[in-house]
Amino acid sequence: MVAHLLRLKLTLLRNGLKRSPWQIVGIAFGALYAVGIVAALVVALIMLGRESHEIAQTAVVLGGSMAILGWGLIPVAASSADMTLDPLRFTTFAVPMRQLLAGLALGGLIGIPGVATALVGLATVATWSRGILPAGAALVGAVLGILTCIILSKVVTTATASLASSRRFKDISGVVFMIPLILLGPIVAGVAQGISASAAFLPDFARALAWTPLGAAWSLGGDVDAGQPGAAGLKVLIAAATLAGLTWCWKVLLERALVNPPYAGGGSRKGGKLGMFALLPPTPTGAVTARSLTYWLRDPRYGGSLIVIPLLAVVLFFQASQGDSLGVLSVLGPLTAFLMAWSISADISYDNTAFALHLATGVRGTADRLGRALACLILSVPVVLAFTVVPFAFTGSWEWLPGILGLSLGMLLSGLGLSSVVSARYNIAVPLPGDSPFKKPPGNVGQTMLVQFGGMGVLALLVIPEAALLIVQGVTGNPFFGWLNLGVGLALGLVLFVVGVRVGGRWLEARGPEMLAQLTVNR
Amino acid sequence: MTAPQPHPALPPTPAGPPPGAAVPALSIRGLAKRFGTKIAVDGISLDVPAGSFYGIVGPNGAGKTTTLSMATGLLRPDFGTALVHGVDVWTNPLEAKRLMGILPDGVRLFDRLTGEQLITYAGLLRGMDREVVASRVGELLAAMDLAQDAGTLVVDYSAGMTKKIALASALIHAPRLLVLDEPFEAVDPVSASNIRSILDSYVASGGTVIVSSHVMDLVQRMCDHVAVVAGGRLLAAGTVDEVRAGASLEDRFVQLVGGRSHTEGLEWLRTS
Repeated sequence: MVAHLLRLKLTLLRNGLKRSPWQIVGIAFGALYAVGIVAALVVALIMLGRESHEIAQTAVVLGGSMAILGWGLIPVAASSADMTLDPLRFTTFAVPMRQLLAGLALGGLIGIPGVATALVGLATVATWSRGILPAGAALVGAVLGILTCIILSKVVTTATASLASSRRFKDISGVVFMIPLILLGPIVAGVAQGISASAAFLPDFARALAWTPLGAAWSLGGDVDAGQPGAAGLKVLIAAATLAGLTWCWKVLLERALVNPPYAGGGSRKGGKLGMFALLPPTPTGAVTARSLTYWLRDPRYGGSLIVIPLLAVVLFFQASQGDSLGVLSVLGPLTAFLMAWSISADISYDNTAFALHLATGVRGTADRLGRALACLILSVPVVLAFTVVPFAFTGSWEWLPGILGLSLGMLLSGLGLSSVVSARYNIAVPLPGDSPFKKPPGNVGQTMLVQFGGMGVLALLVIPEAALLIVQGVTGNPFFGWLNLGVGLALGLVLFVVGVRVGGRWLEARGPEMLAQLTVNR
Repeated sequence: MTAPQPHPALPPTPAGPPPGAAVPALSIRGLAKRFGTKIAVDGISLDVPAGSFYGIVGPNGAGKTTTLSMATGLLRPDFGTALVHGVDVWTNPLEAKRLMGILPDGVRLFDRLTGEQLITYAGLLRGMDREVVASRVGELLAAMDLAQDAGTLVVDYSAGMTKKIALASALIHAPRLLVLDEPFEAVDPVSASNIRSILDSYVASGGTVIVSSHVMDLVQRMCDHVAVVAGGRLLAAGTVDEVRAGASLEDRFVQLVGGRSHTEGLEWLRTS
């Protein structure tokens, strides 16, 4: 039965790849990335074998504890647990619980994260191959540690399954998870500073961790190497008891989950609140704007890009505060304009087949384009203005404000025009409605990358006049060019915006059914 | 490249309505569509008389959805034409779509809107007045028994409620022709009979309804006309009584489509 479950997982993976050659390309890139990281870690662990005992023990225990923590936290935070072998699908098959647990646990090892963790964990054997006994103890520890990782992630995903299947949790966790991801730079810098400031504290910390369920398994090799078989024996007990306890928790949770499938319903609410639809004019364009604005606030795939913007400001301020010049802050406005404008370049792909409503109602292409662009404009104009002006309060070089403002507005308006054309013509791979913004989207990765980079290239061409005027101002030092830039940015941007909406609208009307057919493929 | 080609040049009925007759609500001629090497629809011609309740039946994968998508302007046909009350769907799409209400099968909805917002959106997209939309939305929600859930996001609806809200969005502009693909799937019996009485009075007042289904019993009771489609071709069309020719629609359907396997084998499944 265990072998059957493993074979099932392999078959599912293989059949998943059969759907399109581009999926293989995607997996290959993911695997390549993982191979790079795994290789670096394995080499590091082998090199650690030559370092002093204290350094090696500290690194292995801290690293191992982090791995266990990661396996426990990431599946929930990213709401991206691997559900290929969802235990609930076996409810009707009466698989004996013991074999189901073993099969699911080993199945968890199949896949890039499982294989990577297993390889790195086993590399600790190389670190402690200073003698047969330490190596043997490290092997026992590695196996215990790897199994603890897998089982812990199973316990956590099973326990949160009914929570994670609720739409509200998925929506929020998808967006919240973005925050640490964007702030990775400052966080890593802060942690690195903290570690270098308290390097002396780390070995003590690792020693303490080694007596906890997180680090016990990973400390076995080091303890035996240090000639402390008694401590090692106790830690084997701790690690084994942890594993046994987790397995018992998982078994109980699974037994309960199998007979109580998650319920994802919500309360019913009466109507009467039309939200944006009541505020905006009752025309097709106004309706599209209202719908888009509602989505910006309610759909995590859009909300995710909104939350990036303030975080971007934080990152840039952090960068600027590290360096000596605050000049880098002035790119905040144009960068925000670019991100906001480009964020609707895949709007119809985000709609997915819901776009059929636009097609069925026969809404004019220009109304569709203009409505979406206006929604984005309503949200981005205040942000772009604030992010363009505020940095000058820090730098004080106000003579640059008109020029940068021209570039920001030009970038925003030209970008929205271009996005209106691009999203009317090309369908790219984006997360499906209801999915986490991080979920790898189905569809043609090649076309997606071509459209994205091609579009950004064209946008770079469209803002050449503004960029050139900025350079001229830099060379001549004449503020007149800054004011000229403000005028050019606004005028050229508006022209390109109108042209983009018109052209995009015409294309959409001509090729609406073809767009829908392409969307149906990626459903 | 020896992919099979559809044969659009086989209209079983002469092109256009007979002189003197009323313009049909939907008139399709030689519609054909190929996906890759598979011919999904192979030259279907059909007239749906105005004021009829028309059922389209066929086994799974018969081409019902593809045909209806091509007839309603959602999928561009490889060959053939579709006229709605005399307006060509593919040369004059905006005008044709004003006459039609469409419930497509297997497409998503803008499900992060509340039910009320979704119907309102469908109305406003068609350029209707806010006041007209508001009053019709209230009536439609009551008729579909969704008033209690009007403020719930559509993504949190059950399958049957989703079907009903999509149907309401197709009705909001009072179309002359309703094209409903599998409208009763997952809908509970009470709601289904509510929807049927809405559709019946709609037909009685002069509207035309086309439904696709594979529930023969439902079609026999509900519709006055029926077309049988299988393998992308039209096997029979006419009034229900003409098509079923004395037998029950289900028996006649199995006879037309074929492929009924006799209940031999599976002896081990007999428990006694």
